[in-house]
Amino acid sequence: MANIMIRRGGKGEYVFYLPKRDLEDSIVSMEFDTPEKWGGEIKLNNGGAYFIEPQAAPERLPYSVRAKRLDAAE
Amino acid sequence: MSALTKEQTEALIAEVLEVYPEKAQKDRAKHLAVNDQSIEQSKKCITSNRKSLPGVMTIRGCAYAGSKGVVWGPIKDMIHISHGPVGCGQYSRAGRRNYYVGVTGVNTFGTMNFTSDFQEKDIVFGGDKKLAKIINEIEGLFPLHKGISVQSECPIGLIGDDIEAVSKKGAAELNKPVVPVRCEGFRGVSQSLGHHIANDAIRDWVFGRDGKDVKQEFVPTPYDVSIIGDYNIGGDAWSSRILLEEMGLRVVAQWSGDGTLAEIELTPKVKLNLIHCYRSMNYIARHMEEKYNIPWIEYNFFGPTKIAESLRAIAAHFDDKIKAGAEAVIAKYQPMVDAIVAKYQPRLAGKTVMLYVGGLRPRHVIGSYEDLGMEVVGTGYEFGHGDDYDRTIKEMGNATLLYDDVTGFEFEEFVKKVKPDLVGSGIKEKYIFQKMGVPFRQMHSWDYSGPYHGYDGFAIFARDMDMTINNPCWKKLEAPWLKKPEAEVELAKAA
Repeated sequence: MANIMIRRGGKGEYVFYLPKRDLEDSIVSMEFDTPEKWGGEIKLNNGGAYFIEPQAAPERLPYSVRAKRLDAAE
Repeated sequence: MSALTKEQTEALIAEVLEVYPEKAQKDRAKHLAVNDQSIEQSKKCITSNRKSLPGVMTIRGCAYAGSKGVVWGPIKDMIHISHGPVGCGQYSRAGRRNYYVGVTGVNTFGTMNFTSDFQEKDIVFGGDKKLAKIINEIEGLFPLHKGISVQSECPIGLIGDDIEAVSKKGAAELNKPVVPVRCEGFRGVSQSLGHHIANDAIRDWVFGRDGKDVKQEFVPTPYDVSIIGDYNIGGDAWSSRILLEEMGLRVVAQWSGDGTLAEIELTPKVKLNLIHCYRSMNYIARHMEEKYNIPWIEYNFFGPTKIAESLRAIAAHFDDKIKAGAEAVIAKYQPMVDAIVAKYQPRLAGKTVMLYVGGLRPRHVIGSYEDLGMEVVGTGYEFGHGDDYDRTIKEMGNATLLYDDVTGFEFEEFVKKVKPDLVGSGIKEKYIFQKMGVPFRQMHSWDYSGPYHGYDGFAIFARDMDMTINNPCWKKLEAPWLKKPEAEVELAKAA
């Protein structure tokens, strides 16, 4: 489990940030992206994948959340 | 020298690496790369932010350097105690030329060195009592200070002193912030972690005070911004600030060059955070974005092309008045820029530069050189991370050299082979290259010159580069009696 921060990028896309490792990357896909259900498996541009417990979408971004690493592309 | 092709650059890297033993070769090869603009992600070509291995000459600093020297040190109305043995503070005192206004020793303390001067007994019995005594002494001797930060040196972490408890007690007694910073030098691989720790300390110990050290009432305007990550080296923040103010913005805070504690506590009230040094202060900007909903953008005030780009990008966050203001500023300084370029470009065009610095400069200053018609053929970060290289790849030409945490040997060999007309790096490299006959600028503190930010800074930058590269001394490197007879004839003619 790691603390991550999700924010909006310049083009309106989700951007993933892992403070502990200074890893910043765009999110290419998010499993659930509706106001009621948000999160699930997220895939990063670098090939990594993380899992956020599905939850109601945050009111505003950036948003810090605990995420589980499924597949880090290091 | 004409630009190298990709194959030539790769061959050059292989040639330089040849002298290392196999294991070191494998390790160092990951840190050296040929730039390829088509690569989206730097980690495919270059590894960064890894521990330097013993045996190679690294140029990095430590976490204490990152916290005390970079982030906290320039906050002028606070006293920063170098907690531990005397050397760390004394040998780094005032070396960074963070200019400030104020009376040193009365209401500002930027160039002074405060240390707890650890002795054997402090290591054996702990230094907490000494720290408490120092905090009280400071209050007696310098009553106009606005707060204290305790910058830990290595032994504090090793002997396990509880500086947090002493700081809390001191803060309650003084009714001023006393900030313990756990920036022991052994933490992390370079000064980069020190920046992060310092940012976190501001978040936890200064923002937590909720602006209670601000004496005047703050009246917000829609045009409030803060300059984040400008350390006012040689006056950089001042030459940036005037441009922002001319376009109609109000600069509330300068982080941290010529900055004060009150400015920092007011920053959560601004509308936009402007980040110059991304590496050292993106952490706090991200925090403010999440907690206070303040957007941040990166900007670059090196060279007229990038300044104009940045001013427009900043103005895009505000209304039409500011947008018009930005255009007016750009138009106002255009004649000045034209005059600088007309004067210096003929003397500098086509010259090549190799850089090796830290923080933001390996990519930010490229624009300045290009505006003068020069070309950057190699660049590298002392302590950059992957996101720095992501941003650098786009700025650099194809087939140029990228080197991360370059070793003394590699850097010398690269310069010998690439033969740039100018090298820009730190003081430890300066005299080596000058003795090799290569013009050199110390790009950490602008070689005792500056400012280099903004339009005014560009004029100084152009003059400095010209006087370094075209200095007549570079023609005098050969002893007169070793010169060929033709040269003598020419000399006689000229006389």
